[in-house]
Amino acid sequence: MVKEVLLGNEAIVKAALEAGVDFVSGYPGCPAAEVGDEFGKIAKENGIYFEWSTNEKVALEAAIGASFSGLKTLVAMKNFGLNVCAEALLPLCYTGTNAPMVVVVGDDPSCWSSAQTEENSRGYAFIAHIPVLEPSDCQECHDFTKLAFEISEKFKLPVILRTTIRVAHQRAPVQFEETGKKELKKGNFIKNPHQYVTLPPRVLEMKKELLEKMEKIQAYAEKEKINFVKGGKSPFGTAQGKKIGIIASGVGYLHLMEAQKEMGLDLPVLKINLFYPLTEKTVADFVKKLNKVLIVEELDGYLEKETKVIARESNPKIKISGKDLLSEIGELNVEKVGLALAKLTGKKIKIVKPQTPDIPRRYAKLCDGCPHFYTFSVIKKVAPENTIFGGDIGCYMIAGMPPHNIQDYEFCMGSSLGIAHGVRKSTNQKVIALIGDGTFFHSGIAGLINTVYNKSNPLIIILDNRITAMTGHQNNPGMGKNGMGEPAQELNIEEIVRACGVKSIKVLDPINVKELEDTVTDFLSKEEVSVIVCKRICALLARRQQNG
Amino acid sequence: MGKSNFNIIIAGAGGQGIVTLVDILANAAFIEGYDIKSSELHGLSQRGGTVLTYVRFGEKIFSPLFENGQANLIIGLDLLESLRQTVFSSKKTNIVINKYLMPFIGIIPEKEILDGLEKAQKNKLYLVPASEICQKELGKEVVSGIYLLGYAAYKNMIGLKPESILKAIEKVVPQKYLELNIKAFNLAKSA
Repeated sequence: MVKEVLLGNEAIVKAALEAGVDFVSGYPGCPAAEVGDEFGKIAKENGIYFEWSTNEKVALEAAIGASFSGLKTLVAMKNFGLNVCAEALLPLCYTGTNAPMVVVVGDDPSCWSSAQTEENSRGYAFIAHIPVLEPSDCQECHDFTKLAFEISEKFKLPVILRTTIRVAHQRAPVQFEETGKKELKKGNFIKNPHQYVTLPPRVLEMKKELLEKMEKIQAYAEKEKINFVKGGKSPFGTAQGKKIGIIASGVGYLHLMEAQKEMGLDLPVLKINLFYPLTEKTVADFVKKLNKVLIVEELDGYLEKETKVIARESNPKIKISGKDLLSEIGELNVEKVGLALAKLTGKKIKIVKPQTPDIPRRYAKLCDGCPHFYTFSVIKKVAPENTIFGGDIGCYMIAGMPPHNIQDYEFCMGSSLGIAHGVRKSTNQKVIALIGDGTFFHSGIAGLINTVYNKSNPLIIILDNRITAMTGHQNNPGMGKNGMGEPAQELNIEEIVRACGVKSIKVLDPINVKELEDTVTDFLSKEEVSVIVCKRICALLARRQQNG
Repeated sequence: MGKSNFNIIIAGAGGQGIVTLVDILANAAFIEGYDIKSSELHGLSQRGGTVLTYVRFGEKIFSPLFENGQANLIIGLDLLESLRQTVFSSKKTNIVINKYLMPFIGIIPEKEILDGLEKAQKNKLYLVPASEICQKELGKEVVSGIYLLGYAAYKNMIGLKPESILKAIEKVVPQKYLELNIKAFNLAKSA
């Protein structure tokens, strides 16, 4: 056993090594990117196959192929990535896995590093019927990764390890085992269409099998006490002499324990580690003895709703609090949880009301020498008034911030193209859609084909800075290098665009401002869709390469 | 909160190497046998935007976050970003700040920032020209955060031995930059 300070994401990697993972795939996104980054560094020497896939759906599909072939797999992505791969995830729960599979998903309450929504990926548990484990700290990131592999192996289902930014990007001491070197494993796909082909009427049998697995996992989790009660030594201590308990999950549990410590409370806490399937008996037994229970969970009140249903039979008189005291918007912290505890128990909590100085916001900005700067300036200058500027996911979201202020919509990976097409079809306004190289490979190509096929004509500018920059400089298909840093086929964006049927294409270096200006002006008057590829290396990457 | 716990805020703008400082402090506290938790941000916020990180150590740490008024120490790599995080300070908080300003459009005048800092903390405010010193003495402004760490450590504001922090620097910083970082840390000894 070794004990070291690790980042939550690093603890996940250590545990996957201990579990003997063979095949790892993923797509970079905050707060899960370091899982793949770490595997990219250590995969080869540890006899593991690792890839950055083109998107999360492909990453999951690759892992499905590996699992069916008998390899232990792990897939890592951010919350929105789960939306991208949902179409593959749902049938996977029907067919089940062969070798175990863990899906690491990072949520971002408060949207510190996430643009589109404050997504709560736990909701997928209900749609897909997939077990979800929720670690609170770095040690649990490690322990639950191993547990996830065990559950997956035992029940032949993928298991989600759901982190949040305060867990994945937490550093804390973690106990783990050093692992020895292993050989790169080759599996064997044993044909089994009965299990791997989802077609009716078999598919409905599969659904039945899946629901039965959920019952079995629930029973297993009850027996193994995966969700358990702790604390409760002090008198239930309220003015009214009521018995109060807490049900808590994720990082909310840590804030709760901190708040209890500060307030001198030791209420009984049911810690939910396995969010789904929920251990209904454990919850029923817990609430049976209480007059009041507070559910501490971030974002939507899923546990609260479940508890209300369970309590209807086991303790209909209990008062259940949750989202009435803890907002479903924004992350939790010690103060929020402390205030909820104070309301419930009548105990006092010391809150410092800050005299917040009125300080202007410091927006994210382009790095010194960033090639996007030239592109933003040019399109802002030459585009006619009332041109619609479409944004996408990457560093170039900064187009929407001062001093640029050119971003009229910004949604999700690849959507700048799809929406540009819709606006062009519906108006007489000019549309310029921006998309980066990584995002173009991820999900831009289908939108481009649709634009050509359905005769639309936005101007699409592909900002090819030769890397997936925003998430921490991960390799992508346009670079001639794969996720493990090995040489790979370099996909040529211009050729792809041409093959999609685009006639007006120009590849240029955006620091040639005059050429860029002339091309934008020219292409904006085209009857058909046109594409400019602004090709220049990310300034940060260029500096790093220079420094060796 | 937690009388025995030590709470540190490290604040600045994206790209100033703040995550490395978090990693170093977390490891240094671990070397001295403390329980620790920290929290940091990655992603687009790191592209020049406001960065706020937490490091906590003590006998038992639950939450990686703490609340307004609960910092024992604030280390700021930029004047304005330090002012922004003075919400975490109380009368007891040491505030060690790089006398350096990363300007942006719409920023308030430096005088106003300095007045704000004085108002937030009268006696325990240390404005240190770390960027200037590191540029002059080492030719590298990038290690000014490490210099501030050394400043706070040698003035006993962290409650960790400088040797433990040096050990942590050796663990965290890549070999190539190690000598420079150790120099920057020790340069603050005579400050």
